[in-house]
Amino acid sequence: MTYGEGVSKLRTARDGADGGPVDRADDGYVPSKRRIERERFRRARTRRATTVAALSTLVTAAVLYLVITRSPGWPRTRETFFSAEYAAKALPKVLEGLLLNLRLLVVCGAAVLVLGLLLAVARTLRGPVFFPLRALAAAYTDFFRGLPLIICLLMVVFGVPALRLQGVTTDPVLLGGSALVLTYSAYVAEVFRAGIESVHPSQRAAARSLGLSSGQALRFVVLPQAVRRVVPPLLNDLVSLQKDTGLVSIAGAVDAVYAAQIIAGRDFNFTPYVVAGLVFVALTIPMTRGTDWITARMDRRRAQGGLV
Amino acid sequence: MRLANRPLRLATCATVALLAAAVGCAPQDESPGGPRAAGQGKQSCDRGKLATVADGKLTVGTDKPAYAPWFQDDDPASGTGFESAVTYAVARQLGYGKDAVRWQTVPFANAFAPGQKKFDFDVNQVSISPARKRAVAFSSGYYDVRQAVTALKGSRAAHAKSIAALRHLKLGAQVGSTSLDVINDTIRPDQPPAVFQKNDLTKSALKNGQVDAILTDLPTAFYITSAEVKDAEVVGQFAATGADEEQFGLVLDKESRITGCVTAAVDALRKNGTLAALEKKWLSDAVSVPVLK
Repeated sequence: MTYGEGVSKLRTARDGADGGPVDRADDGYVPSKRRIERERFRRARTRRATTVAALSTLVTAAVLYLVITRSPGWPRTRETFFSAEYAAKALPKVLEGLLLNLRLLVVCGAAVLVLGLLLAVARTLRGPVFFPLRALAAAYTDFFRGLPLIICLLMVVFGVPALRLQGVTTDPVLLGGSALVLTYSAYVAEVFRAGIESVHPSQRAAARSLGLSSGQALRFVVLPQAVRRVVPPLLNDLVSLQKDTGLVSIAGAVDAVYAAQIIAGRDFNFTPYVVAGLVFVALTIPMTRGTDWITARMDRRRAQGGLV
Repeated sequence: MRLANRPLRLATCATVALLAAAVGCAPQDESPGGPRAAGQGKQSCDRGKLATVADGKLTVGTDKPAYAPWFQDDDPASGTGFESAVTYAVARQLGYGKDAVRWQTVPFANAFAPGQKKFDFDVNQVSISPARKRAVAFSSGYYDVRQAVTALKGSRAAHAKSIAALRHLKLGAQVGSTSLDVINDTIRPDQPPAVFQKNDLTKSALKNGQVDAILTDLPTAFYITSAEVKDAEVVGQFAATGADEEQFGLVLDKESRITGCVTAAVDALRKNGTLAALEKKWLSDAVSVPVLK
């Protein structure tokens, strides 16, 4: 048993913090009448609060339900956006398209992280000899962060094949993936740079004074701290990338959203969009929870021995 | 204990406010020119006095850019190009002069989104189909469509003489088009087709060699090969399949009260030969293109 757990257990036993029955057998402690009265009152208030919350939730839900279903356009809306028939028709195609999104997410995500980190490191290198590298990295991030993704995609996907270079692919998925990497590595590089610059200079100074070289200080002291700090914004960019993988469809590849659009365009029904949207949401939630879990684990490890 | 009642009172107030909002937002009847029920029974097609979105005007929607040969120079109001000419002919038939026609930009997907429409009818090479009729109303068809295959001259695809020969190619078409249906249902190619947002992108992909051949309707194919991708040729067209001949129709709101009038106007134009004359004037002759089987 660690010190922290012991303290909390003691506390629970002594004052019945949860409002539950107080353990009297141990140490002969008998709560006063006033205390019992106070606890009863508190429990009553809790019950009352729960009831009120439940009631008010129910009323709100009922009102929303009525407003939506009583609107004169509701039958048309339901038929157009929530048709079970079209949902069943769309789901297999949407899932098939989702495979493309996932493949792009995994490959581009990995490439973006590596390239972004390299760019960030290049931008934070010190010393006059690295000036061209720093300038190039800065120009790259400035340009691709500012360039609208859709234009970047159009230029790469239709512009590169138009050059008719030997040995260069015309595959829209490969080209579209490269455009995604170009744009997103610029975003991610800035996130990493912010992380690196947030590490206090004393850390680097301490590392150097221990005899680590500049590179070693970066590798063993600065980067590990920097990466930890930027996990949440990195996840933001990853989720954003996940949604933007669908833009590759501009070149004709069929992803989940596009599969939905094909059905919607043919039969004039919007249900497939709803299906595709839900599939993406369902994909994002586990990703977010997963990162939360990783962050929490990192924090726990850092805080070993209990918080002061 | 007076304070303790505050949340309850608040909740009551909130409920009342919510209900009031619900009543306040209760949507009004949205069809133009009075209650919807009144017009359901019989339609009056008095010349120039239809129940249109804007009184005395006929509002017509189409996408932007408006492509040739259906429109010319992306200007629907010019009266040139097949669909522009058909629109003005329909308007005249309904009793609306040239200056009583207003054009509105309506993206393809908006033409069939539920809710109030900002146009009286939409003209955008929309093929009539039973599934689509569940979402919108159509006039009767103003043009019988044939689908056609276009490929770069001298390419493998250009030598295709049959549907079977197309099966091994990478094919491209525009999303929401019946061309895509022909690929999926009639050709059934080995590899999934490339699907593009706009025919401009379809053409780029053909030019770049990212697809072997593209499917469009025949007039568009003629326009592409004559004006836009000059090193391409029309390989062949698909036969019309008997009873369910594909036709373009004018798109109207499902609850529109002028569908009958517009349909009558289109039928009259077909009967008196106007449609055939306009077709001859604006769309190339299809006879020279071999039919793929």
